[in-house]
Amino acid sequence: MLRVENLDVFYGDAQALDGVSIEIEEGAIVAIVGANGAGKTSLIRTIAGMHKPTRGHVYFRGLDIAGWPSHRVCDLGIGQVAEGRQVFPTLSVAENLEMGAMLPRARAERAKNLERIYAMFPVLIERRQQAAGTLSGGEQQMLAIGRCLMGSPDLVMFDEPSLGLAPTIVQSVLQTVRDLNREGLTCVLVEQNVAVSLKLASHAYVLENGRITLAGSGEALLGDDRVRQAYLGM
Amino acid sequence: MKDMWTAIPARGRVILLVLLAALLVAPAALDRYFMSVLILIFYFAFVGQAWNIMMGYAGQLSLGHALYAGLGGYVAALLWFYFGIGPWIGVFAGVAVAAAFGAVIGWLGFRFGIEGVYFALLTIAFAEFTRIAFDNMSFTGGPGGLFLLYEEQRTHEWWNLRGGPLLFYYLGLALAAGGALLTAWLARSRLGYQWLAVREDQEAALSLGVGAFRAKMIAVLISASMTAIGGVFLAFYYNSLFPAQAFDIGRSIEIILAPVIGGLGTIFGPIVGAFILTPLGEALIALTAKFGVDLPGTKAVFYGLTLMIIITLRPDGVWPWLKRLLGLEPKS
Repeated sequence: MLRVENLDVFYGDAQALDGVSIEIEEGAIVAIVGANGAGKTSLIRTIAGMHKPTRGHVYFRGLDIAGWPSHRVCDLGIGQVAEGRQVFPTLSVAENLEMGAMLPRARAERAKNLERIYAMFPVLIERRQQAAGTLSGGEQQMLAIGRCLMGSPDLVMFDEPSLGLAPTIVQSVLQTVRDLNREGLTCVLVEQNVAVSLKLASHAYVLENGRITLAGSGEALLGDDRVRQAYLGM
Repeated sequence: MKDMWTAIPARGRVILLVLLAALLVAPAALDRYFMSVLILIFYFAFVGQAWNIMMGYAGQLSLGHALYAGLGGYVAALLWFYFGIGPWIGVFAGVAVAAAFGAVIGWLGFRFGIEGVYFALLTIAFAEFTRIAFDNMSFTGGPGGLFLLYEEQRTHEWWNLRGGPLLFYYLGLALAAGGALLTAWLARSRLGYQWLAVREDQEAALSLGVGAFRAKMIAVLISASMTAIGGVFLAFYYNSLFPAQAFDIGRSIEIILAPVIGGLGTIFGPIVGAFILTPLGEALIALTAKFGVDLPGTKAVFYGLTLMIIITLRPDGVWPWLKRLLGLEPKS
C-alpha cells in the first residue's frame, strides 16, 4: 500500500533520514521504533507531505507522492495523529472533530464517521461542548484519533500516541489502534514504548540515526538480542 | 445567509435592529461634528474588520495595514486627479494594486515560513518602503501630498464620491455593516474553519489536510482588498493624501486598535472597539482643550493609559464581556 524508497531528508545541513526504505502492506500494523532523534517523526512528516525529501520516493498505491503538499496527501487517505496530540485547545470537542472532516473525501461521510467516533469514545459525547484544552491527556488523545478518523483515512500514522499518558490509558489507546486495525485500517505506529508496540505490530522497523538498521516481524524483533539490549534493557 | 440571522439570540436581533435603525435616522438629529465622528467610527470599524479577518480569524499579524489603505486611496485619487476616472471605478484599480502587494507579502511570508513577529516586520517593511517611494515620486505629489479639488458645484455628484457628510455617513455605515456581514459569512464557511485551524495550530491543521498556504493567502487578499476600499473612502472624504500619514506605522496601529480593544476574532469586536476608541480620542481632545492643557502629547498619554486599563480589565476585548452582560451568550 505504501512503499518508501531510499528517502533522504535534511533539516538545513543536518541529515534526519539516510536512505530509508520501508514497506507497509494493506491491513497491517507496522511499528517503527527507535530512540529520540532517530528520525521517526521526520519519516512521518515526510510521508505526510509536511516536509520535502531531498531524494527518494514515497509510493502510495503506486503513485509517487514524495513532495506533495500535505492536503493532497491527506486527500488520498493518509491520516496522521501527530505527536503531542495537537488538539485545538480553545475550540470545542465537536468543533475539533468537525475540523477533521474538511477534505472533499471526508465530507460525504461526515455524519457516519461522527457517529462511529462517538460510539468508539462515548466520553467525547459528554464533553461535546467543552473546550478541548480542558480535557485530560487521555481524552485529548481520543479526540486527536477521532479527529483524524473524521477524514476517512485508509492509513493512519500514529506518532507517539502513548506519550505522557498514564499506563492504563496507554493500554486503552493501543487497544483502540488494534480495534481500528481489525476494522480494516492500516496503521503505522511510531513509539518509544518498544515492547508494547512490537507486540502489537505485524511488521516492524528499527530506526537509528536516520537509518533502518533492523526489520522483521514484531515477534522476531522482540526476540532479537540487539533490540532486547538497546530498547528493552534486557 | 439566513442561518447567520437565526444564530443570533432574539434579544440580540432586537438590539441590532434598534441600533441600525437609530444610525439610519441619526443624521436628522446630528450636527456636522457628530456626523464626522460617526463617519470615522464607521471607517475604523470597517478597516478594523479587514484586519480582524487576517489576525482574528487567520491568526496572521500585520502591522502594516496602512499600506493597503494608502495604496487604495492613492490609486483611486490619482485616477480621479489625472484622468477624471471616478472612484467607483478607481476603487477596483486601488483594490487590485493593494491585493497585488498583499499577494507579494503573503507569498514571501508564507512560502518561506516567515511567521509571527517576523511576518509582522515584513508587513512594516513594505509599508515603509512604499512611504519612501511615494515621498520621492513627483506624480503623486511627493511629500507635499496630493489634493483633490473640493468644488462647490460638484457636491452632489455621489457617483464621483463628491459630496457632503451625509453621503459619506451612509456610505461609511454601509461599509461597516457590509464588512461585518462579509466577515460573519466567511467565519461560517469552510474557509473560516480552515482559518481557525491554522490560527489555533498550523501543524495540526496541516496534518488534517488543511491547505494552510492557500487559506492564509486568501485571508491576506480579502483583508488587503477591504482595507483598500476603506482607503478610497477616506481619501475622498478628506480630499488629501500625504505619504507620511497614509503609510505611517501610526496609521497601521490605529487600524488594529479597534479590533484589539473590541475583541479579536469576533464579528462585533471591531465595531464595538471603534465606537469606544474614536469617541474617546475626541473626548480627550475636548477635555484637554477645556482644561487648557496644551502640553504636546497629553492626549496621547491619556489615550494610551485608557487603552492599557481596558486591555488589563478585558484581555479578550470589550465585546465578549459586553455580550455576556447583555445576556447574548448562546445557551449551551
